[in-house]
Amino acid sequence: MARHVIAPVNELPPGTRKLLEIDGRPIAVFNIKGEYFGLMNRCPHQGAALCEGPLIGLAQSRDPGEIEYTKLGEIIRCPWHGWEFDIRTGQSYCDPRRFRVKAYPAHVEPGASVVKGPYVAETIPVTVESDYVVVEL
Amino acid sequence: MNIQFRESQETASPLTSKTAIADCDIHPARATRTELYPYLAKRWQHHLEVYGVHAYQGMMEGPPYPKAQPNASRRDAYPPEGGPQGSSLSFMQKQLLDRNNVQLGVLNPLGTGQGIRNHELSAALCSAINDWQIDKWTSKDKRLKASIVVGNEDGLSAAAEIRERAGDKNFVQVLLLSRNVEPLGQRRYWPIYQAAEEAGLPVGVHAFGFGGNPITPSGWPSYYIEEMVGHSQCQQSALASLVLEGVFERFPKLKMVMIEAGFGWAPSLAWRLDKVWQRLRSEVPHVKRPPSEYIREQVWWTTQPMEDPERREDLFDVINWIGWDRLLFATDYPHWDYDEPSRVLPAGVSEANREAFYLGNAKKLYGIA
Ligand code: FES
Repeated sequence: MARHVIAPVNELPPGTRKLLEIDGRPIAVFNIKGEYFGLMNRCPHQGAALCEGPLIGLAQSRDPGEIEYTKLGEIIRCPWHGWEFDIRTGQSYCDPRRFRVKAYPAHVEPGASVVKGPYVAETIPVTVESDYVVVEL
Repeated sequence: MNIQFRESQETASPLTSKTAIADCDIHPARATRTELYPYLAKRWQHHLEVYGVHAYQGMMEGPPYPKAQPNASRRDAYPPEGGPQGSSLSFMQKQLLDRNNVQLGVLNPLGTGQGIRNHELSAALCSAINDWQIDKWTSKDKRLKASIVVGNEDGLSAAAEIRERAGDKNFVQVLLLSRNVEPLGQRRYWPIYQAAEEAGLPVGVHAFGFGGNPITPSGWPSYYIEEMVGHSQCQQSALASLVLEGVFERFPKLKMVMIEAGFGWAPSLAWRLDKVWQRLRSEVPHVKRPPSEYIREQVWWTTQPMEDPERREDLFDVINWIGWDRLLFATDYPHWDYDEPSRVLPAGVSEANREAFYLGNAKKLYGIA
């Protein structure tokens, strides 16, 4: 599993996302309240660039008239037909058994470790002082 | 070091189907509120500024239900130069026509002057939108063809507009909407069918419109999702009316295209019509043949929103009844329920049927060489 340094942490503040192509694959990395998640930027339904959609919450209902709205900012809604996917897992909410987006583990590593590793990206000048978001592919 | 990544500019998955296709339902939009003014007499420009547009729908500022995405459109379809989705030719060329190898694109402008209480204003706006379609779209890209938008509630002025455009190669069909003041088979609309038949132009009936009636046959529903389903109910009653009022009998060369309301319901509607016609034929003696015969001979169907049953054999059963020669592929660009050409037809379709579905039927129906 190769690891890819994609940005210094200060370039990806909470609530933002970065769309990239890594090894020819379109991928988006999200910062949700300080946690990082990687997702394939292609909708399994008809192939839209999924991660260009808005981040919403999850509306659920136990009984008619009772609406619970949770996971605020953790659900991505496809810019075409509006299917909803959980950013943490890639799970789909309208047809979880058949459809899932590929999720890629993402996390932060200190500059010192990314400089040493075999996975330093040339296009980002890596300095030892800063932390970096790393995606595993 | 073999890591390469770059900022992604992707707006959708790469081209997978390179074969030429037709797209029989494209919605061009105006970039600005006053974009039609150059095509409107001063009198109507002033009228719009002072009085605005008065639709049949009461108490209405915008569409009666909020749409699922801004302007009911794909979120990636905003042109880079600004303006609403569908308002830029160059962006439409890039995002839709070039990317999907669209050889024939049929324009169906919406919200354009149909269903307006003031019939003179309705006629003026429709004529303006037709000029605008030539100026802004069809004269600039030969792949694009326009639909003649007509003031539908006034059959006579609508027929006049059709006759004026007849023979103009920029236009390939007449455009009506499914929701009107009365069901589409009624006499007020006959001049439209007569003029279209004379001109050799199919009449497209696109889901939508505001006729002043509730959005479903059982009244006003609570949710937008019910309006979405209601389109097919509305189209079914429009088609039943066309058959039972004898429109197909009176205009035997008339071709109708059912646009954006599905087609899975076609067999069951036809079976039901046939059955009740056998018993109640004497009520409508002008309907001389079983209703299904008119439907199969004179009706075409655009595919979007493509039926998507769990078992694909069910889809093929429906299509086999309708006929592989009757379906016209459409994306509904830039609207949010867009169908991606490479993803709608499952495997297992013969090459000839595929070709007819994606391109051949449309070229034949619309007379494109
Ligand atoms: S392509 Fe994403 S929901 Fe259809």
